[in-house]
Amino acid sequence: MTTVSAPAPGKRRPREIGRAPQDTRGNWRTYLALTAFLLLSAFPLYWMFVIATSTDEAVSQTPPSVVPGNQLMTNLREVFTMQDVYFTASLINSFIVAAVVTVSTLFFCSLAGFAFAKLRFKGRDPLMIVVILTLTVPNQLGVVALYILMGKLGWNGTLLAVIAPFLVSAFGVFYMRQFILHAVPDELVESARMDGALTLRVYWSIIVPAIRPALAVLGLLTFVATWNEFQWPLITLNGTEFPTSMVALSDLASGNYVIYRRVLAGAFMATLPLLVLLVMGGRQIVRGIMEGAVKS
Amino acid sequence: MSLTRNAPPVLDIPEPRPPATPPKHKLWFYRFDTKRTPYVFISPFFLLFAVFGLFPIIFNGVVALRNWRLDDPDLDGWAGFANFERLVHDEDFWNALGNTFGIFILSTVPQLLIALMVANLLNRKLRGTTFWRVGVLLPYVTPVAASTLVFAVFFSRDNGMANWLLSLVGFNDMSNPLDWRAYKWSSWIAIATMVNWKWIGYNALLYLSAMQSIPKDVYEAAAVDGAGPWRQLWRITVPMIQPVLVFTVVLSSIGGLQLFNEPMLFEENPAAATGGSDSQWQTIAQLIYKVGWKDLDLGYAAAMSWALFLIILIVAGINAFLTNRLGGGRR
Repeated sequence: MTTVSAPAPGKRRPREIGRAPQDTRGNWRTYLALTAFLLLSAFPLYWMFVIATSTDEAVSQTPPSVVPGNQLMTNLREVFTMQDVYFTASLINSFIVAAVVTVSTLFFCSLAGFAFAKLRFKGRDPLMIVVILTLTVPNQLGVVALYILMGKLGWNGTLLAVIAPFLVSAFGVFYMRQFILHAVPDELVESARMDGALTLRVYWSIIVPAIRPALAVLGLLTFVATWNEFQWPLITLNGTEFPTSMVALSDLASGNYVIYRRVLAGAFMATLPLLVLLVMGGRQIVRGIMEGAVKS
Repeated sequence: MSLTRNAPPVLDIPEPRPPATPPKHKLWFYRFDTKRTPYVFISPFFLLFAVFGLFPIIFNGVVALRNWRLDDPDLDGWAGFANFERLVHDEDFWNALGNTFGIFILSTVPQLLIALMVANLLNRKLRGTTFWRVGVLLPYVTPVAASTLVFAVFFSRDNGMANWLLSLVGFNDMSNPLDWRAYKWSSWIAIATMVNWKWIGYNALLYLSAMQSIPKDVYEAAAVDGAGPWRQLWRITVPMIQPVLVFTVVLSSIGGLQLFNEPMLFEENPAAATGGSDSQWQTIAQLIYKVGWKDLDLGYAAAMSWALFLIILIVAGINAFLTNRLGGGRR
């Protein structure tokens, strides 16, 4: 990026100047820099895998080993059988929590997004502004009171405590509203109503089919975010038999004597589902992030 | 065999459009549907937000003004501003505030600058567009808990890869390795590295998306001035994407000042929540956790949350203002 090599005079193509960057072909330096950046991004993940598959000796040697070993199964067995960590249960818990939160977010946010985008009712615009304002509230502010609230409800230490606060998201409502606004023509909704369809019917047979791509995007983003949630689950679930995988990871890394290959074997297991999601739905995740940027 | 009175045959006949006059008994129902259903549709969001979002924030203010200890439920009653007064004289708080700001600056400035460079690289005609864009998101989908544990090993004193790499370029001696966790500056760098690693790609995509909505003729006009790619980036692209710059600066201020996961798991024993042997990298969010759930003093933790909220508001505001001005004050 900081190479200041002057271009050879013969190679200079004047017509490149003044062309928008997105119409300019990337040259070898572009690819080189991008490849370097990608390697740096991927390296910690690769190295996590290396240590997860290694023996203690391989982990502590200098220079560090950068080739995967063959101890993955041994290390994983230790992770899954470790006392008071409940790693198997934690993976299942994380799946339950992330799935419930995702389905609920998709349903409630698309309902509200539909109402804000296509229905006329009193107070619609001020209420939408309220939704946008809630986006900016730092969630950490309420953590202490949330803990007390969950205590009164008797939910601390249960999965309910980590599901309930995330059932809806302001971003989800906002994202759905923007998408429905542009993706569904007003006439379609109007004519369905003229035919006597109830609002719920319009939602189900017209809106939902039209917003499938947006549902995929929001679903992926929500699943990833919920799976990775750490602070609140740590506060409410720590020390119970129902940790999420992030809490179990922190248990795995706690203690006076930490075994790296075991910790990172656990970290690898907790990361794997998201890597699968990225490979399958990466295009949608990219789209969600980029669309969210333009519209906000 | 009687006529079925229950099934109104009207329903099966497609109504003409527009309906001349809907049947009486359906009329009120449709009116109810148009008038009330929108509120039914938006109510789940507002109800759930009121209970789990708004109420805790308001109630947090109440808790901050009370004595509220988890280990001593009998100790109750109003404390007035005692929690806040204690805060002002609390060395731990000021130490954590300094750490939070130090790490915040070390992580935000390089993060956004490098993201801008990466976005500029991605904003070309490339082979395998999707591959590159998905690739830069690898750190974004990786759980912070998992990646921080990798970095904790990476920055370990004995046999750590960071020390080995430094020794290769002659900055470090493997017989007398650097203890990254021992000092403020080194632990801050280590934690900032983790934050930077995680968020550069994400921010790059935000910038890229803004860059692609810049009208192309802007660049053509600039060709008259003979602006090369580098000047093009700073003179045209950056000013044009200023709203997104402000957005990411505010976003990283809100996120950076609440930093919790990385400092927590960088600890050799995360359960301690001290942020190093001498709290050299303890952030405010971490201190709140320690005060609330290790020292079991929820009232004081709540007061600290308010202080953090105020700080975030001020910093995000100042940063938004500065970013706005930097780009030429194009409001």
